Amino acid sequence: MTRYDQAHVEADPNVPLIRITRDFNATPAQLRRAHVDPELYARWVGPHDVETVIDHWDARTGGSWRFLNRRGGEEYGFHGSFHEVSDDRIVQTFTFEGWPEGVSLETLRFEDLGDGRTRLHAQSLVDSFEGRDMWLQSDMETGVNEGYAKLDALLADGTI
Amino acid sequence: MDDEGVDKLNLAFAALADPTRRDLVARLSLGDATVNELAAPYGVSLQAISKHLKVLEAAGLVSRRREAQRRPVHLEAETFGLMLDWIQRYQRQAERRFQRLEDVLATMSETEPPSPPGVPTPHRKELP
Repeated sequence: MTRYDQAHVEADPNVPLIRITRDFNATPAQLRRAHVDPELYARWVGPHDVETVIDHWDARTGGSWRFLNRRGGEEYGFHGSFHEVSDDRIVQTFTFEGWPEGVSLETLRFEDLGDGRTRLHAQSLVDSFEGRDMWLQSDMETGVNEGYAKLDALLADGTI
Repeated sequence: MDDEGVDKLNLAFAALADPTRRDLVARLSLGDATVNELAAPYGVSLQAISKHLKVLEAAGLVSRRREAQRRPVHLEAETFGLMLDWIQRYQRQAERRFQRLEDVLATMSETEPPSPPGVPTPHRKELP
């Protein structure tokens, strides 16, 4: 059986879709909680040099969320909806407020591998190829200028 | 990556969005081939294949050498390298995020209270 100890990334050639697969030493419930508990989420979602501040968070089917990323004197907002939150699946939208017309649809599935391990299947569907171009351009590890910092934040913030 | 590199990537991803063009690329990965050779397996006109090749060429994925009359089509490995680089960079960023997630998971006990429940069922009022 294939193991995904490292993130496995596939870009779909037909639609602006990205799939990521990775295994975790955790139960599906734990992995799910790390995604729906705002305190836990804020601890891992952003890179080390970015502070994540939760503005509001209602991780229920039909709920919404918003958080801010702070780096130095700069602040970037992100928001979206929780379309579905169930035991083994989370479907949510994701928008970077610096680019309000852009939105991606994030689907996360937690596959129980047994023995306390869980496989995360994450996919991001962007609403346009322009949206994927944004990703293509966010290849900077650290924002050299404001434009790159914004793109960086978009990617670094887990558009997955 | 500079703007030129980004444009090249966008063109490359768009060019490969077509199954026939992916097929042509797979064929060319085995070696150079002429338009006639490429068109043979398909029940389509040379014109249709030429059109596909123009798209691949514009994206920098293939080139045509002026070699007498044959003009074989050649796969440009460098552009594929660019595409691969992008995926790898994205992969590295995702992996770093997941390592942070693993650190968080390691601090969680299995007995923590479950996450918030779903939307509660609205309480139905009894009609008088």
